[in-house]
Amino acid sequence: MVTYIIRRLIWAVVMIAIVSMITFAIFFLVPRLAGATSESLAARYVGRTASAQQVTVAAERLGFNDPLIVQYGRFAKGIVTGADYDYGPGVERCPAPCFGYSFLTRLPVWPDLLNRLPVTLSLALGAAVIWLIAGVATGVLSALRRGSFFDRAAMGIALAGVSLPIFFTGIVSLVVFSYGRPLALTAPGGSFTPFFVNPAQWAYSLILPWITLAFLYAAGYARLTRSGMLETMNEDYIRTARAKGLTERVVVFKHGLRGALTPILTIFGLDLGLLMGGAVLTESTFSLPGIGKYAIDAITNQDLPKVMGVTLVAAFFVVVANLVVDLLYAVVDPRVRLS
Amino acid sequence: MTAPLDVSGSELEAAPDAVLDGTRAKAIEGRSLGQIAWMRLKRDKVALTGAGVVVFLILVAVFAPLIVGLIGHEPTKFNQDLISSETMAPVDGTGISWTHPFGVEPVNGRDIFSRIIYGARISLLIAFLATLLSVVIGTMLGVMAGYFGGWVDSVISKAMDVFLAFPLLVFAIALAGIVPDTAFGLSGDALRVSLLVFIIGFFNWPYIGRIMRGQTLSLREREFVDAARSLGARGPYIIFREMLPNLVAPILVYATLLIPTNILFEAALSFLGVGVRPPTPTWGGMLSDAVRFYTIPHFMFFPGMAIFITVLAFNLFGDGLRDALDPRAR
Repeated sequence: MVTYIIRRLIWAVVMIAIVSMITFAIFFLVPRLAGATSESLAARYVGRTASAQQVTVAAERLGFNDPLIVQYGRFAKGIVTGADYDYGPGVERCPAPCFGYSFLTRLPVWPDLLNRLPVTLSLALGAAVIWLIAGVATGVLSALRRGSFFDRAAMGIALAGVSLPIFFTGIVSLVVFSYGRPLALTAPGGSFTPFFVNPAQWAYSLILPWITLAFLYAAGYARLTRSGMLETMNEDYIRTARAKGLTERVVVFKHGLRGALTPILTIFGLDLGLLMGGAVLTESTFSLPGIGKYAIDAITNQDLPKVMGVTLVAAFFVVVANLVVDLLYAVVDPRVRLS
Repeated sequence: MTAPLDVSGSELEAAPDAVLDGTRAKAIEGRSLGQIAWMRLKRDKVALTGAGVVVFLILVAVFAPLIVGLIGHEPTKFNQDLISSETMAPVDGTGISWTHPFGVEPVNGRDIFSRIIYGARISLLIAFLATLLSVVIGTMLGVMAGYFGGWVDSVISKAMDVFLAFPLLVFAIALAGIVPDTAFGLSGDALRVSLLVFIIGFFNWPYIGRIMRGQTLSLREREFVDAARSLGARGPYIIFREMLPNLVAPILVYATLLIPTNILFEAALSFLGVGVRPPTPTWGGMLSDAVRFYTIPHFMFFPGMAIFITVLAFNLFGDGLRDALDPRAR
C-alpha cells in the first residue's frame, strides 16, 4: 500500500511537470508558428505609444529572445524557489510559488489566483453536493422502478439536462429568477460574499449558479447511476444476497449501490477536479469572480503569465482529484494495489 | 453427378457439411450484427425521431444558401428599418413576420432565421470534423495500446492520462485566443474552423482511445484471434481484418455520442468569443450577443433552442444506436 501511494504520488508530480512543459511549449510555439516575433509579443505589453527601441528592450527584458528551454527553466524555477523580476522600473522579489507577473497589471499572478480560489471552490463544492445527492438518488429510484412513470419522466428530464448548454440555462434562470424580480435570487451582474464574512449572503449569492450547474451534472449522474444500478442489480452476488435473506434495503444500498458507485466515483473525481480549476462557463455566465473568469479575462487580454498560472492550477486540481480517487479505490478495492 | 444420399435433403444433415466446406455457409448463417441492430433500431421510435432530426439538420446545413435565398435575407444584412431608433429593439418587439420567421436581432436588425440556418453549418461542420479527428487518433492509438501491450501500452496510457489532466476548456480558450487572424497560410473562417476542429478533436481523443484500448484488450484474448494467429496471420492482418470489424460498432456509438459533446464545446467557445469570428453567425456567438438584450427574449430563445434540439437529437440517436448495438443485450 505504501509503495502504491508513493508510486502514485511520483506519477502525479511527473504529470503536473509534463502538463506544465506542454502548456509552456504550446503558448511559446503557437504564436510564433502563427507568425509572431519576440518584438510583436513584447509590443502588446508596453502600450501603443512605445518606440521600436522600447519594444526591443522590453522583449529582451521579458526574455522573449531566449530559447524555449531557458524560458521554461526560468518559469519552473520561479514556481519552486521564487524569482526576482525585473519589471522595468525596478526589481521585485516574487516569493515561491511564483507564477510570474502579469504583463498588464504588473501584479504577481499567484496572490490573484489565491484571491479567486474561494469563489470557485464555493461554487464547485456546493454544486457537487447538490448534483451528487440529486443525481444518484434519481438514478437509483429510476433503476428500481424501471419503466415506471417516474423513470420515464426522470430520464426524459435528464436527457434534456445533458443536452442543454449551461450558458443557456444560466441566462434563462437569470432572466426568470433574477433580473428585475422583486425577490431576486442573485444580484444582476453577480456578486460574491466570502463564507466567513456572512454565510447567509454567501449562500444567497451562489444559489442560482449552484442549482444551474448542479442540474447539468445531476442529469448526467442520474443516467450513469441508473445504468450502473441496472447492471449491478443483475449480478450474481445480488441474487446471493437476496438468497441469504437480506432485506431489500440492505441489498440495494449495501450491495447494489456500492457496486454501481465505483465508476461514478472516478467520474466525480475528474469532474470536481476540472471544476475546481475554474468553472469557466458558469462563472462567466453569472459573472462570478472566480478562477474561470480570471482565465477568460487573462485570455482576452493575451496576458500569458496569467494564462499559464490558471492552466497549471487547473491541471493541479485535476491531477490531485485523480490521485485522491485512485487512493480511495485502493482502500476500497484491494485488487488495485497489486496491479 | 452422384445420386444424392437418402438423408441429404434434410437441413439437419446438411448443416455440418456446409459448415465444414464453407460453400453453403450463407444458407445457415444467422442475421448479422448490422441486421440485428437495424431491426432493433427500427423499433426504437425515439431514436428514429432523433435520427430524422439529425438528417433534417444536416440537409438544412448543406442547403443553407438555398433556403436563405428563398427567404431572401442574407445572415449579415442589416435591416435598420425594423429597429426602433429609441430602444434599439425591433419595432414590434420581436420583428417576427412571414419574411422574418424568427424575428430580427436588436440594434442592427439582422434576420435571426437565416443566422440560425447558417449557424448550423459551422456547428455541424466543426462537430463532425472534430469527432472524426478524435476517432481516428483515438482508435489508432487505443488499438495499438491494447494490441501490443507492454511499453507501447504504458506510453500511450500515460499519454492519455496527461491529456485528461489538461483543463480542456481553459486550454482550448487560451489556444483559440492566442492564434492571430492570419496564420498557417489560412485566414478568416477557414482558419477558425480548422483551428477549432484541431483543438476540440485533438484533446478529445483519449476518451475514445480508452474505450478502444479496453475493447482491443478483450478482443485480443478471443478464440477467433487465436485461430487467425495459429493460421499464421501477422499483426496488421489481425488488427485490420479480425479486430477492426469488431470495433466498428463501439466506434460508431461513441462517435455519435461525441458529436453532441463537440457541438456544445464549439458553442461554448463561440459563446466565450474565441470561436469563429463575427459577423459569421454561430449559435454560441448569438447567445453571447443575446445576454446583453435579456429583455428581448426571442433573441436568446432561438439560438438556445437550436443548440438544445441539435444536441438532443444526436443524444437520442446515439443512445438508440448504443442500445441497438450493445453486445450485452444481444
